[in-house]
Amino acid sequence: MFDSLAEKLQATLSDVRGRGTLTEADINAAMREIRLALLEADVNFKVVKTFTNSVKERALGADVIGKLNPGQQVVKIVSDELTELMGGAARDLSFSPRPPTIVVMAGLQGSGKTTATAKLARYLKEQHGSSVAVAACDVYRPAAVDQLIKVGTQAGAAVYEQGTDRDPVKIAAWARDRAQSEGKDVLIIDTSGRLHVDQELMAELANIKKAVKPHDVLLVVDAMTGQDAVNVAEQFAEIVQFDGVVMTKLDGDARGGAALSVKAITGKPILFASTGEKLDQFERFHPDRMAQRILGMGDVMTLIEKAETAYDQDQAAELERKLRKQEFGLDDFLEQMRQVRRLGPLQSLIGMIPGMGKELRGAKIDEREFDRIQAIILSMTPQERRHPELIKGSRRLRIAKGSGTNVQAVKALIKQFEQMRKVMRQVAQGRMPDLGALMRQAR
Amino acid sequence: MFRRLRENLRKTRQALTSEIQATLFEDLSDETWERLEEALIYADVGASTTAQVVGQLEQEATSGGISGGQALTERLTELLAEIARTGDDRIDLTPQPTVILVAGVNGTGKTTTVGKLAWHLGKELGQTVVVGAADTFRAAGVEQLEVWAERAGVGFVKGPPDADPGAVAYDTIAAARRDGADVVIIDTAGRLHTQDDLMAELAKVKRVISKQIPEAPHETLLTVDATTGQNGLRQARLFSEAVPVSGLVLTKLDGTAKGGIALAIAKELGIPVKLIGIGEQLEDLRPFDSTDFARALVTE
Repeated sequence: MFDSLAEKLQATLSDVRGRGTLTEADINAAMREIRLALLEADVNFKVVKTFTNSVKERALGADVIGKLNPGQQVVKIVSDELTELMGGAARDLSFSPRPPTIVVMAGLQGSGKTTATAKLARYLKEQHGSSVAVAACDVYRPAAVDQLIKVGTQAGAAVYEQGTDRDPVKIAAWARDRAQSEGKDVLIIDTSGRLHVDQELMAELANIKKAVKPHDVLLVVDAMTGQDAVNVAEQFAEIVQFDGVVMTKLDGDARGGAALSVKAITGKPILFASTGEKLDQFERFHPDRMAQRILGMGDVMTLIEKAETAYDQDQAAELERKLRKQEFGLDDFLEQMRQVRRLGPLQSLIGMIPGMGKELRGAKIDEREFDRIQAIILSMTPQERRHPELIKGSRRLRIAKGSGTNVQAVKALIKQFEQMRKVMRQVAQGRMPDLGALMRQAR
Repeated sequence: MFRRLRENLRKTRQALTSEIQATLFEDLSDETWERLEEALIYADVGASTTAQVVGQLEQEATSGGISGGQALTERLTELLAEIARTGDDRIDLTPQPTVILVAGVNGTGKTTTVGKLAWHLGKELGQTVVVGAADTFRAAGVEQLEVWAERAGVGFVKGPPDADPGAVAYDTIAAARRDGADVVIIDTAGRLHTQDDLMAELAKVKRVISKQIPEAPHETLLTVDATTGQNGLRQARLFSEAVPVSGLVLTKLDGTAKGGIALAIAKELGIPVKLIGIGEQLEDLRPFDSTDFARALVTE
């Protein structure tokens, strides 16, 4: 069920375990799977080649360490290598010692610059308490200025604009002067989308840069960009020497290989990730999480973070106690589901679980399903919830009737619960639960 | 038309040709095949479609059907064009009014395409057109379309702020019927195919339209950015599950991206490209031609 890269590799390397070391033949076989996975993820072809070569070196002769199976071993090497390539720790903008810090947003049409401008403004305001102004230098796209006025104001930034009849370079210079005189901490300049091969517009961008001398030029890149990302990045790097990248539309299911390509080819770090259309859906870019995503391994960190904020520490301790003492009942089960529901719409959570994305997206978890389960549990007596093994025959029938479901549904729920209880017991005892087996049983 | 297409498409650095030219006067070696594969991957055709096409070419070559690099290029072009030539690539304008629904992921060029299409139908084909601003979500989305409608010289219908998109679609069609317009084009908000609630909303807009006019929308066009990688296939698949996508508009082909993902979509889903976008001006919209497209892919 987990059709992940790790599983594919495990299949390819199934007879390695006995030998204990990965040979060149094994590695070559594995590299093909990795190459395909990375291409599927839209990593640039050339970057894939270079990358798989360096992974090959690392993997050659590597010992197959006890706990990880060979497939997982190789994935770990790939993941580590990817994370390293993507730039290690998260980075930030460079701020000017003397305000205002000037940021220029650049990129192709439709990449999400204007939205990112407003989001960055809001982010800086919230995280750093900065006073921010945004400047509307897109004079070409219909209603672009209107758009920035709306979202800029929403973000709590001052919006500097001079309509669409003035030269963008002049507007930028005027905005810089105004930001200075008004004592703003940051000025973010939104520019029009432009093709990297449009000489005139690329020259205009270079001129804007000359006029305002920004501290950061950010290239905004759509996460679903394919092989062409390299061409775009190379040209922008050559003509305007951008300092960092903002990846947008990461709330989709594009694997985002463009991120790796851009970093590999230009060496510029990815600073921010935009994860939705709302202004607060903007965060520091985490290279390790992106590496996992490119490999199709889900965003485990974000899920854990979300879980930690939503889940009370005391409840966690209480739960652990109950599990160890085997007091975990259906009431607790219901509470767990409620906690999960509180974390966020079930759909977005599914995407975060490693390997779950593809499979479970087909089998959508219904909010209605949750309601059904709740109804069934609430139709049980407290004793039945503590000891579901009591529920047979007439009790089952009563519960089915009371919840407006049927006997099969009640049976299925109890079976699901028993399995979950088993898993949680294993976790509480410090053992890795065999989720694969669990999932297979659950089908 | 072909020349303008090639001009706009020639700004590529990683030309497929550089791979093929090198093999022009060589024997068909292992390297040849590898380079062909590479070239198609670079064009975002995708690993599986590439494998299929190259595999077929290889078979024909080994059975003695192809000799020399030139013939190889031509046969490759043919194969690619065949794959692209799926379904019906025309837009039928006989229904009165013809209703065209335009949908797609954020930033792919829906509103600009609606403007261009309206202009083309109005000015070049003499149709009376009304466009509906059913993107009620995006800041200044309605205003953006309004400017395009003005530029294109066509009718424009919008709703109050935060209006229901279905209601705007309804009003637009009602206005078109009232005024005897020939074509209705409905612009919608950008949405990710992974946003179930927004996909459901799109399906609802379609239902509203179909209730009003049973066979409408007569065309449901999905805009796909030519720079899109393999995710484009997911987009097309999920949008098709929500609404009956009848064709693609492949946008921003004036960059260096080849738009090869359209081939994968044609092959896997049988959805044809009907129009291509090659710039930001009103005139920069063309009907899709599979041979020209395939040839432009393999020529500089």
